[in-house]
Amino acid sequence: MAAKKLNIKDKYRLLTRDLDWEFSYQDRNKAFPFEEFEGIKITDWSKWEDPFRLTMDSYWKYQAEKEKKLYAIFDAFSQNNGQLNISDPRYVNALKIFLTGVSPLEYQAFQGFAHTGRQFGGVGARVACQMQSIDELRHVQTQVHAMSHYNKFFDGLQDWSHMHDRVWYLSVPKSFFNDARAAGPFEFMVAIGFSFEYVLTNLLFVPFMSGAAYNGDMATVTFGFSAQSDEARHMTLGLEVIKFLLEQHEDNVPIVQKWIDKWFWRGTRLLTIVAMMMDYMLPNKVMSWKEAWEVYFEEAGGALFKDLARYGITMPKYADVIEKEKEHISHQAWWTFYTHGHAAGFHTWIPTDEELDWLSEKYPDTFDKYYRPRWELAKEMEARGERFYTKALPQLCTTCQIPMLFTEMDDPSQTCYRDSVYNGDRYHFCSDGCKDIFDDEPEKFVQSWLPVHQIFQGNCGGPGVEDILRDYYQMNVGVDNMDIKGSPDEERWKKWKGVA
Amino acid sequence: MSKVYIALQDNDESRYIVEAIEQDNPEATVIHMPAMIRIEAENYLAVKRETVEEKMGRDWDVQELHLNLITIGGNVDEDDDQITLTWNS
Repeated sequence: MAAKKLNIKDKYRLLTRDLDWEFSYQDRNKAFPFEEFEGIKITDWSKWEDPFRLTMDSYWKYQAEKEKKLYAIFDAFSQNNGQLNISDPRYVNALKIFLTGVSPLEYQAFQGFAHTGRQFGGVGARVACQMQSIDELRHVQTQVHAMSHYNKFFDGLQDWSHMHDRVWYLSVPKSFFNDARAAGPFEFMVAIGFSFEYVLTNLLFVPFMSGAAYNGDMATVTFGFSAQSDEARHMTLGLEVIKFLLEQHEDNVPIVQKWIDKWFWRGTRLLTIVAMMMDYMLPNKVMSWKEAWEVYFEEAGGALFKDLARYGITMPKYADVIEKEKEHISHQAWWTFYTHGHAAGFHTWIPTDEELDWLSEKYPDTFDKYYRPRWELAKEMEARGERFYTKALPQLCTTCQIPMLFTEMDDPSQTCYRDSVYNGDRYHFCSDGCKDIFDDEPEKFVQSWLPVHQIFQGNCGGPGVEDILRDYYQMNVGVDNMDIKGSPDEERWKKWKGVA
Repeated sequence: MSKVYIALQDNDESRYIVEAIEQDNPEATVIHMPAMIRIEAENYLAVKRETVEEKMGRDWDVQELHLNLITIGGNVDEDDDQITLTWNS
């Protein structure tokens, strides 16, 4: 008689429960040296369970199918000159930010989960981290493959890895992940597995990718959704981690809450660039940043925190500030990049009149009052042949490394500045959230590699901005940067489309 | 009450999965967006293997859902017969 086929619950139980061993002649604490120093108490690792109950054989089977589907679409996209079907060449600039700013984070996530999985004493957690680590490696590979096609036709995509390590605004995503990876394994899981994956990546991979589809970019929407199909598993892992930690010991609750406060704030700061991509860089609009934020942060995050309330977990600190920011941050960020467009590795532009009207409609309480007048002024200056580029380098926040571009949320005419003194030196911050994070871990954040400080210290070549862009960042000056108007990208597009 | 949700890639397989979800969860709301379909419901949503198989006219493994899945919200529980999403509120 043939053996009865195991159901997935039994398969998962056999995979996870019988894979570990007792440490009979070695000290268990030496095998898992990072498990205790953060103060997290684990009493029983066997309580960990993956709700998808995915075993390695199923994992490989379904991942292989996903890859086949994905690469078939990449092939079709390039064979059919898919780059000609995008809505507008301005759109590709969002991909330049993606490749230089986001794809290297996938690689950091791969490294982070490989390390963290190794450090956990429980088998279920180790298996889940191993799968996620492999997923993240797949994400960086598929993203590089998808965007390599655009690299044949557009500028600014040629040296993404080098740029990620050096360019001023890319230190924002890079330092975010460096902070998480330099933390202990449990903080890493709360930072990336929970705060980032559960709530924040949705905003990039769901509404933005739907926007990519709406702008004719089948390659990007396909890698985006294919990556996100793994994210659904990662989100579930993130939620299980939180519930597991909170159920293991009541002493874990305040530690986890502190990490949630830190990483939701850091995550919302990081997503400023996604806000700008959604509101300003998608020529065909799906939804505004504010609308996406309401669905994926306020509604989904609200439901999540209501669910976690039974453990004594509350909404992240500064949730009230975060709620106000949705009206402002995309406008403040795009204006900053527009005025620093000579130093960016992608093109910037003034929104068209139709786009300005869309922004007025989507942001009735703030756009006409605070932001539209700036664009009207920029239009006048451009018409006079005086397209504005700032001469100054921006002051950066020591924690998030974003230029001081945010305002007080109750007074958008006033830039928000905070500072702290540590060991006789004064450090500057963009917000109370970033100041609190510094004040809690000053020894860590005084080491921040702040690009503007490094330039002034002479560590990035120069002294002129153009020398730094060309020699240190390896940008093609006059090609990759500046306004889209008159750029080689725009010239080629017009030629392909047969317009003057 | 909180909303659980699931988003699927808009393709031929998902069309049957969405039909099955609509049949098993009459209270659910289906929202069509470019390239994706989002389904949300108050506190509970189930994707049942039997119903999906009936719609597709073939055997369907619940884990095949991963191929067309974009995102989910809610506590997950999956076994051989169904996947459920719930919030405890």
